[in-house]
Amino acid sequence: MSAPMSNANTWTIAAAREALRKGEISAVDLTMACLTAIDAGDGLNAFVHKTPEIALEQARAADARLAAGDAPSMCGIPLGIKDLFCTKGVPSQAASNILRGFRPEYESTVTTRLFDAGAVMLGKLNMDEFAMGSSNETSTYGNAVSPWRRGNDTTALTPGGSSGGSAAAVAADLCLAATGTDTGGSIRQPAAFTGIVGIKPTYGRVSRWGIVAFASSLDQAGPMTKTVRDAAIFLQAMAGHDPKDSTSADLPVPDFEAALTGDIRGKKIGIPREYRLDGIPAEIDALWQRGIEMLRDAGAEIVDISLPHTKYALPAYYVIAPAEASSNLARYDGVRYGHRATLSAGEGIVDMYEKTRAEGFGKEVQRRVMIGTYVLSAGFYDAYYNRARKVRALIKRDFELAFAAGIDSILTPATPSAAFGLGEMASADPVEMYLNDVFTVTVNLAGLPGISVPVGLDAKGLPLGLQLIGRPWEEGDLLNHAYVLERAAGFVSKPAKWW
Amino acid sequence: MLDLTYEAPKPKVIAGAKSDWELVIGMEIHAQVASNSKLFSGASTQVGAEPNSNVAFVDAAMPGMLPVINEFCVAQAVRSGLGLKAQINLRSAFDRKNYFYPDLPQGYQISQLYHPIVGEGEVLVELAPGVARLVRIERIHLEQDAGKSIHDMDPTMSFVDFNRTGVALMEIVSRPDIRGPEEAAAYVAKLRQILRYLGTCDGNMQNGNLRADVNVSVCRPGQYEKYQATQDFGHLGTRCEIKNMNSLRFIQAAIDYEARRQIAILEDGGKVVQETRLYDPDKGETRSMRSKEEAHDYRYFPCPDLLPLEIEQAWVDDIAASMPELPDAKKARFMGDFGLTDYDANVLTAELEAAAFFEAVARGRDGKIAANWVINELFGRLNKESKSIAESPVSVGQLGGLLDLLASGEITGKMGKELFEILWTEGGDPAEVAAARGMKQVTDTGAIEKALDDLIAANPAQVEKARVNAKLAGWFTGQVLKATGGKANPAVVNEMVAKKLGL
Repeated sequence: MSAPMSNANTWTIAAAREALRKGEISAVDLTMACLTAIDAGDGLNAFVHKTPEIALEQARAADARLAAGDAPSMCGIPLGIKDLFCTKGVPSQAASNILRGFRPEYESTVTTRLFDAGAVMLGKLNMDEFAMGSSNETSTYGNAVSPWRRGNDTTALTPGGSSGGSAAAVAADLCLAATGTDTGGSIRQPAAFTGIVGIKPTYGRVSRWGIVAFASSLDQAGPMTKTVRDAAIFLQAMAGHDPKDSTSADLPVPDFEAALTGDIRGKKIGIPREYRLDGIPAEIDALWQRGIEMLRDAGAEIVDISLPHTKYALPAYYVIAPAEASSNLARYDGVRYGHRATLSAGEGIVDMYEKTRAEGFGKEVQRRVMIGTYVLSAGFYDAYYNRARKVRALIKRDFELAFAAGIDSILTPATPSAAFGLGEMASADPVEMYLNDVFTVTVNLAGLPGISVPVGLDAKGLPLGLQLIGRPWEEGDLLNHAYVLERAAGFVSKPAKWW
Repeated sequence: MLDLTYEAPKPKVIAGAKSDWELVIGMEIHAQVASNSKLFSGASTQVGAEPNSNVAFVDAAMPGMLPVINEFCVAQAVRSGLGLKAQINLRSAFDRKNYFYPDLPQGYQISQLYHPIVGEGEVLVELAPGVARLVRIERIHLEQDAGKSIHDMDPTMSFVDFNRTGVALMEIVSRPDIRGPEEAAAYVAKLRQILRYLGTCDGNMQNGNLRADVNVSVCRPGQYEKYQATQDFGHLGTRCEIKNMNSLRFIQAAIDYEARRQIAILEDGGKVVQETRLYDPDKGETRSMRSKEEAHDYRYFPCPDLLPLEIEQAWVDDIAASMPELPDAKKARFMGDFGLTDYDANVLTAELEAAAFFEAVARGRDGKIAANWVINELFGRLNKESKSIAESPVSVGQLGGLLDLLASGEITGKMGKELFEILWTEGGDPAEVAAARGMKQVTDTGAIEKALDDLIAANPAQVEKARVNAKLAGWFTGQVLKATGGKANPAVVNEMVAKKLGL
């Protein structure tokens, strides 16, 4: 049978892989379907730099490999790439004005691996500036818009952040899948908001080389896909040791797709009581309960567990991440590349720094740079940064104790709410926005793998996701648990096309 | 091996208007690690390359670029630590020192504040035969060098050259055990000597390859001993740090000036303000660069791009097993094996290559004579022509051959010097040159006898005088030596003169 070509952009990676290998579609046609969808999807503001020439060239090369019988899993698969990834010769701006016009002379390890595996780059995706944000509203390109709406309400909703462009593009079928990065939830929260799958791998599983740094000890790239199987296939192609990243783990990458057995009988799933927060919508709690039942029905043992230091995670995260960011972003000084302010006569280097950074960085980035500078300052270092590091160690230990007690994975809500309206948080205290990360930051602080799986819709028809947290380096197991959840939930909803 | 024992020198005392003052000095030496590539990138460290030609993406702090530690630089730091008899820390870590400057592309220097790779060690600084100061080393850490800002190429713009950015430095921090300007200079010289022996730093001070930050304070006599007993800095005066000194002479001058400045303040009833100062060699004075209040807040924190640096004891042991003989040991051995004086041994061990040259010449020969020739003739000539030992026109084999001719009595000392000159300017085999130029000593008594007989026959008056006063016989010896062009053996001639004149 032959699938209608015009819909090929809606396919999963797994389906496209099969069709490509069987010759039912060419990589060029598959890519064309996506490019057409992208052009029709400008209203989503997901793609901020389109690269059709590169895409078609890569697609033609993929077709040649397919014809030669040399077709890795990602061969001919059209992807969107988050703007945080440096892609050679293609604008890579981290959605910041300070990197306006920056075209790297190098290709990130992740995109290099994807291209080596035959993947096709459709373009660069919108995001929060320097990955700092939970709604995509800090982007210098203007925010991406979620393809989802609250029923007939035309209020524009956030696709989440920071990988909001990636989430919007995948949910709206502009591409088969996209890369994301996750420092405190930036893959999992937008995935949950848009009804797709997003996994943050174990810290060190995926190379950070060539990805613009936000908070180096927390940043980790991962796939954003339509299904758990696609996440397994995609992660396989991204992961692995990279000698250019000293924090990359020299460990073999297991076959993640083969781990998807659908059998979790006897597995112990932890339900952390500290994740039951006051003021969380009843729908979220109900969703969580449904998830628990699904896993229990699949033969898993449900165990109540305690992660006692959870409540300190968010404050610790909002000390450590800005501290690292304040240092990582010092290089954007106008001296060597990117934006440089125009100076008046008599102004010197300090004026150049101040003006360049004031013009180049948006408000949220400036806020975090200032917080980070403050917490690292003499006299405050011990009270903030060092204390946060100690909290981080305790949070990590909470998880280690749970896993040591036999827990295989931990089920939690992914977000405290469904997607909110763009601009709705504009007048809110920044801390309210930071609360979006309440369920996800612990995973980054502990360096663990975490995955967001769409499980249901809220009363207004918006997707809700659950998060599974796995043992370090056990992404295969984690994906399998997510696979069981995905099958049990049977989430098949798609946003109604309005764009 | 000779066991050298030393006594500690007296501290330098400066007499103020009201009382005596002693100096207390501690130093931070920045030594560029001898390596082909940078601390965290594969870019070359070659000096004198076109500006910005030795710059990797990570050196220029391009977005998303990450540092990867250069194992050789780590080995060099370990080697240096072992050479200073220091604790090697199998686990160390890198921190970021944050500040903005155009020649610092990352906006931070990667350094080791909290967990340095090398801990406590020591350096023996000899000041006179039998007199030496033992200076304790607090730590050595690895860090990145900065680039170079150029302000004099354009009236309105500044330029930056990142070739030096990210080159590995060792910061070697001493305890405040140095007690005078001469000791300070001797400490730097000794450290430089050790590092050069180890091959871990070229020690070229003019190029900034080795530079020193000097901490100077003054105290009343007796206070320093209290500090040593308790390690409580409260007994010492407030210190000032003189930055970036790259000449032994200026180090001494700067310390002397700075100590007198502090004494004048204190005797006036003032307080020394802790601050960073710069030495102006033209004016011969130090001046304030920034006070403690203006000091940068470097916001040190662990570098999240690098895992803690873990090395294995077996690896350290391998480096230890490949350590060269160090200056103190070599000096003791030269004194023992070759019977050298303390002074000669110091001169001959100052540079590793020169010591090796001497040792090759001296082996199997008279060590003292070899030392005299190497120091006086060879080093003298090299210095005169500003040549290094590696550029010496006279080889080990040639100088050895010359010494052999002297030892066998085939040439005289005078001829030896002429032969050296010929070897220096023209080259050749010493024995062949001596033979071809008729430089060999005349031991043929027939030739000497003929020359003497001719003299006696031609100078009857002199013969009479010598017979009356034997001291005047020396005239005949001198004339024979002259007639034979210096080739006759003076002892043989003397003997024959005495016999012929019947003395």
